[in-house]
Amino acid sequence: MSTATHDTQREAPAKPTTTVGKAADYLDQRTSIGVAVKEFARKVFPDHWSFMLGEIALFSFVVLIISGFFLTMFFEPSMALTRYEGEHPASMHGELMSVAFASTLDMSFEVRGGLLMRQIHHWSALIFMASIVVHMMRVFFTGAFRKPREINWIVGLLLMILGLAAGFTGYSLPDDVLSGNGLRITDGVVKSIPLLGSFLSYLIFGGEFPGHHIVPRLFTLHIFVVPGILLALIALHLFLMVLQKHTQYPGGGRTDTNVVGYPALPVYVAKMTGNFFLVFGVLALMGATMAINNVWNYGPYDPSPVSAGAQPDWYMLFLEGSLRLMPGQGTEWVIFGYTLSWNILIPAVVVPGLLFTFLFVYPFIEAKVTKDDREHHVLDRPRNRPARTGLGVAFLTAFIVLALAGSNDLIATHFGLSINAITWVFRILLFVGPVFAYSVTRRICLGLQRKDRELVLHGHESGRIVRFANGEYIEVHTPLDEQERWLRVNYDSPAPLEIAPKTDARGVKRKGYASDKRWQRLSRFFYEDRVEPVTPAEVAAAHSHGEHDQLGESDERPAVEAGAGTTSREH
Amino acid sequence: MKALAARRHHRLAPVVLLLLALLTTGGVYAALAPSTANAETVSTADIETGKKLFQANCATCHGANAEGTDGVPSLVGVGAASVDFQVSTGRMPMQMNGPQARAKPRQFDDADTAALAAYVASLGAGPAIPTDDQVDAAQGDAANGMALFRTNCAMCHNAVGAGGALSEGKFAPALWDTSERNIYQAMLTGPQSMPVFNDANITPDEKRDIVAFLVEQREGSAGGNALGSLGPVSEGLWAFAIGLGLLIGAAVWIGAKSS
Repeated sequence: MSTATHDTQREAPAKPTTTVGKAADYLDQRTSIGVAVKEFARKVFPDHWSFMLGEIALFSFVVLIISGFFLTMFFEPSMALTRYEGEHPASMHGELMSVAFASTLDMSFEVRGGLLMRQIHHWSALIFMASIVVHMMRVFFTGAFRKPREINWIVGLLLMILGLAAGFTGYSLPDDVLSGNGLRITDGVVKSIPLLGSFLSYLIFGGEFPGHHIVPRLFTLHIFVVPGILLALIALHLFLMVLQKHTQYPGGGRTDTNVVGYPALPVYVAKMTGNFFLVFGVLALMGATMAINNVWNYGPYDPSPVSAGAQPDWYMLFLEGSLRLMPGQGTEWVIFGYTLSWNILIPAVVVPGLLFTFLFVYPFIEAKVTKDDREHHVLDRPRNRPARTGLGVAFLTAFIVLALAGSNDLIATHFGLSINAITWVFRILLFVGPVFAYSVTRRICLGLQRKDRELVLHGHESGRIVRFANGEYIEVHTPLDEQERWLRVNYDSPAPLEIAPKTDARGVKRKGYASDKRWQRLSRFFYEDRVEPVTPAEVAAAHSHGEHDQLGESDERPAVEAGAGTTSREH
Repeated sequence: MKALAARRHHRLAPVVLLLLALLTTGGVYAALAPSTANAETVSTADIETGKKLFQANCATCHGANAEGTDGVPSLVGVGAASVDFQVSTGRMPMQMNGPQARAKPRQFDDADTAALAAYVASLGAGPAIPTDDQVDAAQGDAANGMALFRTNCAMCHNAVGAGGALSEGKFAPALWDTSERNIYQAMLTGPQSMPVFNDANITPDEKRDIVAFLVEQREGSAGGNALGSLGPVSEGLWAFAIGLGLLIGAAVWIGAKSS
């Protein structure tokens, strides 16, 4: 059979007969790629639609690269002055403008498919950021950032910030009035930085704003530096995801030591390919039917005009809102002839700084107050971490209030309200809203947890009312099945930190007590109110005095303790 | 003539004659009919009618002789253009007190509006109602109009006239449905919060350019549905509502397959 001399125990593999088989064999003999393919083809991924949100971001990034590649062939990043000779649009004919703006018009009206590509590119950018944010929400609320994935959370955050940078640099390229206004705000923000501001502004713009350098500089950043780093970090993000294996939702049989799902080949490769085409299709449909950023509406940049409804793309809207909410009067201090512009520094530097810092440090803070250094591969149900879920919703509330404040003029015109009143409402909501949202969300979570306890202990209400011979009425409860119960009892409910006493056995003050005390206080904030999962003993107890739940089938039971298990709710 | 005479019994002759007759009648009517909005054609009778209408409908606030009352402007010298703008857009008579008078279905027909305008114009000299020629978008230069609009109007009315917010509930209305004549009159008379752009500031030709630019915007966007031309906020809203909505729907659908 085999002619091989040193491999006799194995049968010689059958020679491939098909063309594809032969090609694969050719490749395998030279690269041993079969090993890698086997490894990946058998890799198991858990199944859930929310795991595809990151995929949407990845695929819109692919669309961004493809459409962006097309656009670079026609865009000229130059701020030299030219007169637009094109016939379309009529309102731009003969206007003086920068070469960058003229080439944008040219690619929109003269290049076949150019406007479609521009619009696909822009819609993809909006969807890219939107899916990143939604993906982050999934990761946050299910606790997927816990050990061992803290690093990947940081990588993801960096990806989001780079996405913002990519969006901002691209938005500013066409050199229209709207993007120029955005750059003017950026210039103002940079100048508000104490001591360094004016120097940084001169460095960025190569002189006084707007100068002649900013568009070529942004172009290099937009097509080379930012996407380069994005690509590298995306590779790292995916590599870490494969290395650490994907998290899974809680359910029967799923533990921190296994992955329950389907193999990559054929299931996930098929699903991913399908998803890619759907993402591409939706983005192309949007680009083809919905106008976006018609720069000829705004006209070529000139520092004097600002049109009503001038806003950045949605992902920057929170910064715009933050600026719009900040009161102007009395917030500019002049110290020894230097101006300190709190009215810009606070909303444009401090507020986003706080928001991003929260996102960066949260996984580490949560691990510390939970005293958690275990590996987690099973996700949390958001209700089982009331404080985390509450904080997440509070964060989103602040973000949404800021974004709405950035749209205050449109809210005013579309709902017939006073813009001044809206601004004041948002100023108050920015502080009150998150606190309120935190408290309500946490209460809802705790309520849902109690509901879970109730279900586990007493089963579903069946709607069947039974009357006993002695006239007593009870409702028959259907017990939960194994899967339902598993989901509701298998979670941790951490208690606040316990710390060593202030003094040691000899009455000497302990070093680090003050810091421990602070962490304990924070830990109490997280876990003071909690609902413990039902223990097996509690289930047994509930069932022993709740026999009628199962035995209700025969309607002639002697009286047993009615209203069984209204006890055992500790919280 | 002989050729014509030979064909007079042709079976289509009556139709041709009828068409000619209609054309002549229509042409003569168009040439002779008074343009109701034209200030030059007013008669003293119109002014009398206008005065009666004014006293019945406007005098409560503007005073018996349009001299104005506390907080209500005098109409002496505002001109026919102002009256025509306010009344033909339904802003006057005002429905209720508020941050600003809103446009609503007009309360007076063309003849009554013209009479009111004639009466107010007779009180003191002011801007006259523009002629059809002055507001003919076809004669304007949209490119110049856009440049003017961008520096003079866009900060309140949005880059393409989709409207915008002003302080304390006031707003600059969207200009999609505003008639060419009303756009011109608004520039000329500066209703409510709007500044006056007199003919020295923006010449009549330039005003017509602006009208031409605004009319051009009504053709829609080359890129597809313009989404109200409201800029990035509405684009973001639709990105979430349609784009992300569809994609999450697709993800749920794919996720539901085979599992």
